[in-house]
Amino acid sequence: MIIHTTTFLSGFEFPWDMSLIPEYFPVFYKPALMTLQITTFGILMGLILGLFAALLRISKFKILSAPARAYIWAIRGTPLLLQLLFIYFGLVNVVDIPRIPAAIIALGIHNGAYIAEIFRGSILAVDRGQREAAYSLGMTPWLAMKRIILPQAFKRSVPPLGNQFIIALKDSSLASAASVPELLLQARQLGSSTFSYMEMLFIAGIYYLIMTTALTFMVGRLEKRLSISDHRV
Amino acid sequence: MIEIKKLSKWYGKLQVLKDINLSVAEKEVVVIIGASGSGKSTLLRCINFLEKPQKGSITIDGTLIDPKGKNLHLIRQEVGMVFQHFNLFPHKTVMGNVIEGLTQVKKVPFEEAEKEGKLLLEKVGLLDKADSYPSVISGGQKQRVAIARALAMNPKIMLFDEPTSALDPELVGGVLEVMQELAKEGMTMVVVTHEMGFAKEVADRVIYMDEGVIIEEGTPEDIFDNPKQERTKEFLSQIL
Ligand SMILES: Nc1ncnc2c1ncn2[C@@H]1O[C@H](COP(=O)(O)OP(=O)(O)O)[C@@H](O)[C@H]1O
Ligand SMILES: [Mg+2]
Repeated sequence: MIIHTTTFLSGFEFPWDMSLIPEYFPVFYKPALMTLQITTFGILMGLILGLFAALLRISKFKILSAPARAYIWAIRGTPLLLQLLFIYFGLVNVVDIPRIPAAIIALGIHNGAYIAEIFRGSILAVDRGQREAAYSLGMTPWLAMKRIILPQAFKRSVPPLGNQFIIALKDSSLASAASVPELLLQARQLGSSTFSYMEMLFIAGIYYLIMTTALTFMVGRLEKRLSISDHRV
Repeated sequence: MIEIKKLSKWYGKLQVLKDINLSVAEKEVVVIIGASGSGKSTLLRCINFLEKPQKGSITIDGTLIDPKGKNLHLIRQEVGMVFQHFNLFPHKTVMGNVIEGLTQVKKVPFEEAEKEGKLLLEKVGLLDKADSYPSVISGGQKQRVAIARALAMNPKIMLFDEPTSALDPELVGGVLEVMQELAKEGMTMVVVTHEMGFAKEVADRVIYMDEGVIIEEGTPEDIFDNPKQERTKEFLSQIL
């Protein structure tokens, strides 16, 4: 299908070939799956790291809270791209991590620091009477955390976590710097081989929008379901 | 049952409890009255170590408790507590709240715990609310669930911290009735309350506290009808 170049201002030609978009759209399907894959595993790792770091961070023992504090400080204070290159290129003479695991690890460690702060905030936001009631039943601090505090904290965490997941999805594009065959790398490679950068970036943009929109929708649904569960009769 | 000796508690520089001596016998009902900020809640919370006193000793059922010890959770199983603001678990049903301690702390099998839970809910008159969530029941019902939740652990002592002061007046009666019933069954109770009717009818002993000190104690008649201390008289004239 060919759309003839249109002139929208006298003397200017519409500079892009829109017909390339439907033509190349399917080519981006596999890279989109790669984006989804590194994001999903990165987030899962981030959730585990984040929960762990949050629990350490709120400990009253300095030996436990100090490392968590340092981790959060270092990760939030440096760019993700640096962290990724650190793991992929920087560590190469210690361990040679293949590009896809390297991207997942970088995303995991990076998001873990932000997720830790999300969890910490929602744990501290649970009314202290809840902990006291749990203790007064004879629960140990750990049992009270597991049964009473965390379930309520997780619920509070859903909106900010959803936000973080969307950021992670977009940030996964940085994995292109480690040659991970995801959406942005595909766009750049096809852009330079076809000399149609804009069209290829546009396609990648559409894929990102589809995925972020779907994610926003799912988080919204989850939030609604959780808010209802408090008011069930 | 409870033996408190020379108990002192500071928050920073503020001394909230000053050399408190208090013993509570088995099956005794002690009511603590006193102005807001006089340290009543702190005293109660020290008895189950939600607050750690800096000085003094607390003996519960013959065991001297080390507030820095690792086994405070075991002591707390013996001491039930009912809070002013209920502190029900919002993510659990009424039944879930009542049996949480049984299933998680005492490791009682679920069916057995539920049987016990039904008995307790029946006792506080809320069996029909078993599957409701705390957010949909009234304050008075919440407090009765909280009492059932504490009783489920089969404690030797029950502590009540102003259990009715967050309630609308018409809901107070139901909660007091449950407490009165409990006292009749021989529960050892320490109750912070300003419900003078309850104190007169149920208390074996009334304690008046001010600024972290026990000013006066005696039978309800002693305290309410013939207070000896000026401060007690003044306080009573304000609330009666
Ligand atoms: N966690 C706390 N930190 C600092 N001060 C506190 C804390 N809890 C209570 N206090 C202070 O201790 C005093 C006694 O409080 P409380 O025991 O709650 O009194 P009451 O229950 O008799 O109203 C008050 O002056 C109160 O402000
Ligand atoms: Mg109080």
